[in-house]
Amino acid sequence: MSLTQPTHSTQSLIQLEHLCKSYSLQDAHGHTITTQVLHQIDLTIRQGEFVAIMGHSGSGKSTLMNILGCLDTPTSGSYWLSGRNVATLSSNELAQIRNRNIGFVFQGFNLLKRMTALDNVATPLLYAGISRSKSRQQALEFLRRTGLEDFAMHQPNQLSGGQQQRVAISRALINHPSLILADEPTGNLDTQTSNDIMQLFEQLNRDQGITIILVTHENDIAAYAKRLIHLKDGRITIDNDTTAAAPLHEAE
Amino acid sequence: MNLSAIFGEALRALRQNRLRTGLTMLGMIIGVAAVVLMLSIGQGARTKINETIAAMGSNLLLVVPGAMSSGGFSFGSGSVRTLTINDAHAIAELASIRATAPVTSGTVQLNYAAKNWSTLITGTTPEYFEVGNWTMESGTAFTESEVRSAARVVVLGSITAKNLFGDEEPVGKTIRITNRPFLVVGVLMAKGQSLTGRDQDDNVFVPISTSERQITGNQFPGSIRYMLVQGASANEMDIAEIEITQLLRQRHRIPNGKDNDFTVRNLTAIADVATDAAKIMSIVLGAIASVSLLVGGIGIMNIMLVSVTERTREIGIRMAIGANQRAILTQFLLEAMMICIMGGLIGLIIGIGGAWLVSQVADMLIVITVGMIGLAFLFSSAVGIFFGFYPARKAASLKPVDALRYE
Ligand SMILES: Nc1ncnc2c1ncn2[C@@H]1O[C@H](COP(=O)(O)OP(=O)(O)OP(=O)(O)O)[C@@H](O)[C@H]1O
Ligand SMILES: [Mg+2]
Repeated sequence: MSLTQPTHSTQSLIQLEHLCKSYSLQDAHGHTITTQVLHQIDLTIRQGEFVAIMGHSGSGKSTLMNILGCLDTPTSGSYWLSGRNVATLSSNELAQIRNRNIGFVFQGFNLLKRMTALDNVATPLLYAGISRSKSRQQALEFLRRTGLEDFAMHQPNQLSGGQQQRVAISRALINHPSLILADEPTGNLDTQTSNDIMQLFEQLNRDQGITIILVTHENDIAAYAKRLIHLKDGRITIDNDTTAAAPLHEAE
Repeated sequence: MNLSAIFGEALRALRQNRLRTGLTMLGMIIGVAAVVLMLSIGQGARTKINETIAAMGSNLLLVVPGAMSSGGFSFGSGSVRTLTINDAHAIAELASIRATAPVTSGTVQLNYAAKNWSTLITGTTPEYFEVGNWTMESGTAFTESEVRSAARVVVLGSITAKNLFGDEEPVGKTIRITNRPFLVVGVLMAKGQSLTGRDQDDNVFVPISTSERQITGNQFPGSIRYMLVQGASANEMDIAEIEITQLLRQRHRIPNGKDNDFTVRNLTAIADVATDAAKIMSIVLGAIASVSLLVGGIGIMNIMLVSVTERTREIGIRMAIGANQRAILTQFLLEAMMICIMGGLIGLIIGIGGAWLVSQVADMLIVITVGMIGLAFLFSSAVGIFFGFYPARKAASLKPVDALRYE
């Protein structure tokens, strides 16, 4: 265990140090069983990376993503996001970070039911304090970019899976986040649609420099990413961090 | 997120579940309608009693002959004749007294044209109309000099006037009282029932002297049935009572240690009892109605708790896209409050409508005040906040990850 104070470079968007997560459950006899899901994770992800996380079911991928997305808190260890220790942030500040800095894309889309695609995309702007009419205007623009302007007034149950996921991506993008977290975004989609979605991510990463972290079970989906991380039983077993060797070059 | 945006989200959520919103609101509607109805009935009863008391005249004392028995006092029992007109005059001289009106009474037969009517006759002085707070419908009261000369003049109560004259104007006409002609000089405005439920408008009034000498006769000249005494001021009524007692004991030469041969009654005190009773009645009515409001409130809390559970995933999504705890809390609180306030407004309208219906069907006085409307509104928002807060806080305190994972 290192006693030296780690440095937090401004280029590292995400820095995890000895991050652990465990759950306590009561068994049938009322005894508390603690299961550790994440073990001493150390991980640095820099601004502009495109990372794929892979691993068996139950290896802790979603748990890690939830912590990265400030939806969950680690049991121990620390998480630095843009140089700020997440543990020190209030729930209001975390909500603001989720609103402004992070965009989520889920396997099950997680759109708000009985609400039009337009309003779904506009809602993060409402939480950012922007007026409803302005929010809708911007939302329409984002739907147009993902080719969905004709479906603006459709509710989620009137859209195909691919369309729903593109609505979800539009919603994730609307506040211009620096980080997109996608937990199995193509898990419910066919190959063709999956490729369309992945091309969209690739383009966002390349053209806008948005950091993308995605979880997938499929190798050809992971192939879109530049960096591959393998989790096994809550530990990182493979990390082909091609840029880590030369962080100084990254800084220019 | 600003308040108007949260308001919009809350309204949307209510619209998405119209049936449930409507049913929840129904609890509130019934509660508020019941409160408004009960309060208006209670207020109506109080107003009615206050009107009766005001019509009765203020600062009134009633002096009747005879001692007060342990079982109460016998009002105007004909056998005891210890009070006289002169007693009334003497009492009127006291500093604490404004005026006195001696009263004799009996039953007489009236005739006008072909009509017959049997009614009560009151022999008194002009002060009676003043002290008893009577107003004239037409004409005037009889005068002091008409009392002195025992003139044959009469003032009619409104019902008596109606029965004898119909639509004809009575003032200036002559009626016969026990076959003697009397000139009608005035007609009184209707007063309705007294606090004891007696009709006060079927009555005729003549000078006390005329009554004694020409109509009822009097085996004890100068004696009276009772006298009405009006005190000079409301806060000197106790003094007035003591002064009257002292003066009458002295005039009647009652030795120390012997009981009074008269009784002084404070009518204002009796009125206070009636007012208190009406007040208690309206409080009880209001309290009963409040129970239904409470039940409505608990219904709202129940529905909101179900709603929070059912919408856990929605809450999780909202948190993931940036809703902070306050935004979630405010949205759920607003939903509960909107149900309450809209239900309250509808209940208010139904309550007012119901009150109107009661006033029409049961011929009761119903009073609706701005204060009551404000109270209903305040009450329903308070119920909304009170019963909406716990579910809203429960929603807001969910951990984002748990809410998102909820199935
Ligand atoms: N709230 C919880 N309480 C208890 N245990 C939990 C909880 N959430 C997750 N776990 C456990 O943590 C482990 C990792 O779960 P996680 O969802 O991160 O897996 P995953 O890698 O995303 O799997 P998959 O590929 O199937 O989505 C699992 O064994 C799971 O049972
Ligand atoms: Mg998972």
